[in-house]
Amino acid sequence: MYSFEPTEEQGALVEALRKFASKELRSRSRQADEKGSLPPEVTGMGWELGLLPGSIPETFGGFGEHSTVTGVLAAEELAWGDLSGALALTAPNLVAFPVLLCGSPKQKAEVLPEYCADSFVPGAAALLEPRYGFDPGSLQTRAQRSDKGYVLAGSKCNVPFAAEAEWMLVYACLEGRTEAFLVRKDTPGVVVKEREANMGMRACPLYSVDFVGCQVSASERLGGEAGCDFGLLLNSSRVALSAMAVGVARAAYEYGLDYAKNRKAFGEAIAQRQSIAFMLAEMATDLEAARLMVWEAAWLLDQGKDATREAALAKNFADDMSLAVTDRALQILGGHGYIRDYPLELWLRNARGFAVMEGIALA
Amino acid sequence: MISFEMPEEIRQRLVFVRKVAREKMRAQARHYDENEHEIPWDFVTLMWDEALRTGQSFRSGAAAQPTGSSLVSQTLIHVIEMLSWGDAGLYLCVPGAGLGGAAIAATGTAEQQERFLARFREGKPKWASMAMTEAHCGSDTAAIRTTAVRDGEHWVLSGEKIFVTSGHKSLVDSNGLMVVWATVDPSAGRAGIKSFVVEAGTPGVTVTKLEQKLGIRASDTAVAVFEDCRIPLGNLLGSAEVVDHTKGFKGAMATFDATRPAVAASALGIARATVELLKELLAEQGVVIRYGIPRNLLSAVEREVLDLEAQLRAAWLLTLKATWLMDQRRPNTTESSMCKVKAGDVVTKVTQKGVELMGPLGYSRRLPFEKWMRDAKINDLFEGTGQINRLIVARRILGYSSRELK
Repeated sequence: MYSFEPTEEQGALVEALRKFASKELRSRSRQADEKGSLPPEVTGMGWELGLLPGSIPETFGGFGEHSTVTGVLAAEELAWGDLSGALALTAPNLVAFPVLLCGSPKQKAEVLPEYCADSFVPGAAALLEPRYGFDPGSLQTRAQRSDKGYVLAGSKCNVPFAAEAEWMLVYACLEGRTEAFLVRKDTPGVVVKEREANMGMRACPLYSVDFVGCQVSASERLGGEAGCDFGLLLNSSRVALSAMAVGVARAAYEYGLDYAKNRKAFGEAIAQRQSIAFMLAEMATDLEAARLMVWEAAWLLDQGKDATREAALAKNFADDMSLAVTDRALQILGGHGYIRDYPLELWLRNARGFAVMEGIALA
Repeated sequence: MISFEMPEEIRQRLVFVRKVAREKMRAQARHYDENEHEIPWDFVTLMWDEALRTGQSFRSGAAAQPTGSSLVSQTLIHVIEMLSWGDAGLYLCVPGAGLGGAAIAATGTAEQQERFLARFREGKPKWASMAMTEAHCGSDTAAIRTTAVRDGEHWVLSGEKIFVTSGHKSLVDSNGLMVVWATVDPSAGRAGIKSFVVEAGTPGVTVTKLEQKLGIRASDTAVAVFEDCRIPLGNLLGSAEVVDHTKGFKGAMATFDATRPAVAASALGIARATVELLKELLAEQGVVIRYGIPRNLLSAVEREVLDLEAQLRAAWLLTLKATWLMDQRRPNTTESSMCKVKAGDVVTKVTQKGVELMGPLGYSRRLPFEKWMRDAKINDLFEGTGQINRLIVARRILGYSSRELK
């Protein structure tokens, strides 16, 4: 049967997250963006929502099951509040979910309980590389077999929490395939460089990282000798980022709609003019369509089916949609949209990032 | 629980229509495009017989929705999408209660439903059409000038209707019927607009013209003239009272909640046909679309095709949700117009791109791309243009009345 109705439990979660996103994330987003850092209490409060431990089975210290559908519902709400906050709060997923989905029994037993701790545990994933022509299926960061396991070498960018994370999942090319390696904090050969200076997502700590003869043991390869299902992880990441794109766009759409109903020109609300009203109708339509595409791809992932095409289409659509919707919403505010007293320019800068980002979020 | 699992019932329903679309419709599509207004009787009979045999319609609104949740609308959009993938013009020739039947099902009494709709379950192929548009008014249905004047036990209809889909088939080629929108009180505006059933064989109605069109040429688009056309009092659908300000009009609008997703589905059948053939022919030339790599590494053609596919999926899921709501017996006016807007845009763009991306081959009548582009455009026009549907969506999301947002 087709159904577009979240479960009661999911509905309650969404409601709780919406409150949190409004009260704790949205309220801090401007200042966090200006300062380039999130107030430390945000991750702490976010952790109390129990999103990640609620996705990890009891065997490993958690209290629930992983569901991508639930994950994208949550991701949309958090990003609706603030994209940097959403990326930060979900950063532990970048280590925990690949281990949960592809890890060896030993890796699950070692890593997952750490991510069920009482306080926020940062996680990192190093996938993107700082070059034109970056392709996740053909990485320049190399993993070479050695006596003790593997040696990692190469450069990465936009690695969330690289300086803080307990674990960093490093993606590298091993004999022509993309594989992932669990790298502990302070492993020699990991050179965390400066913070990224992006146009948006500024409050989320993203770093450039170099790997110089970084030795990891054979057992630290995700999935052990069998390796990981990188396609699955990439698809999951695309779906999560697309859900966040929907969240950012929804924030802008709602703001634009509200503004258009209250802003008077020539004796009536500007929303009473078709040029504005039609823009809003198109924004609402594409926003809803993108959400449904995200849900479909997430549902396929939960069914254990190949979602490569659907995840690519969802991301393609959601990337474009979020850019267009934030831009249109800014347009509705006219000059005010350009002023940093209003959140529209921040949302536009954030939305622009989706088309160039891969692998920096998981749901 | 969110789910995208196609129900087994729908899977089963698609077996027959997929076969017909592949084997019959595709084979005959060009012939009926080039021989406008010729009736595809073998196809018509095939579809009619199957509908009688199974008791299941291929057209929207043939039966009132059962109470409680169902799969009626969801099934229908899958069937319509598949038939339109075969050929949109031929799909519109599928006999049955169709649009007129939808109006009867939405606003008629039980007695009227039986009296008017029983014919679609027996005998020879029949059509029901709906006559709303007039030469001077389309979406502004409150401006209708065709009149219905009471004369004893009859209503007397006078006026002219245009753009009546299957008008000729419903009154001349079969023992069907036409649902006609007319005013019982021209001074009352919207409140005076009522719908009336005119059965085939009724004196005073004449089909005077068949329009020559850009596409969907297999489908007849008729002009119907009413001169002293007398119908029984009991052929009025709903109440005759003019004081009843919005109900009759709302009846017509409620019909659109069901039929707009059906139009969207038809549009998307054409769009899918285009995307599939495009990918097939590109693959023969060595261009295979890659889904897993970053956008800035894709070729221009790959980006275009990926975008078309994404747009197609977006529109389809909106359509599916609109019918799911309908089947849950929940309000779906916004979603229904949303999917119509999106599908109208998408099919227009996809089919135009199909012609462009195939170059001279796309423009040639040897291949179906140019025909699909011509067939596609109607979906952005009938059942409310893209602009009217945008207006409906806009009013709903803004909470505006038609006075507040014109």
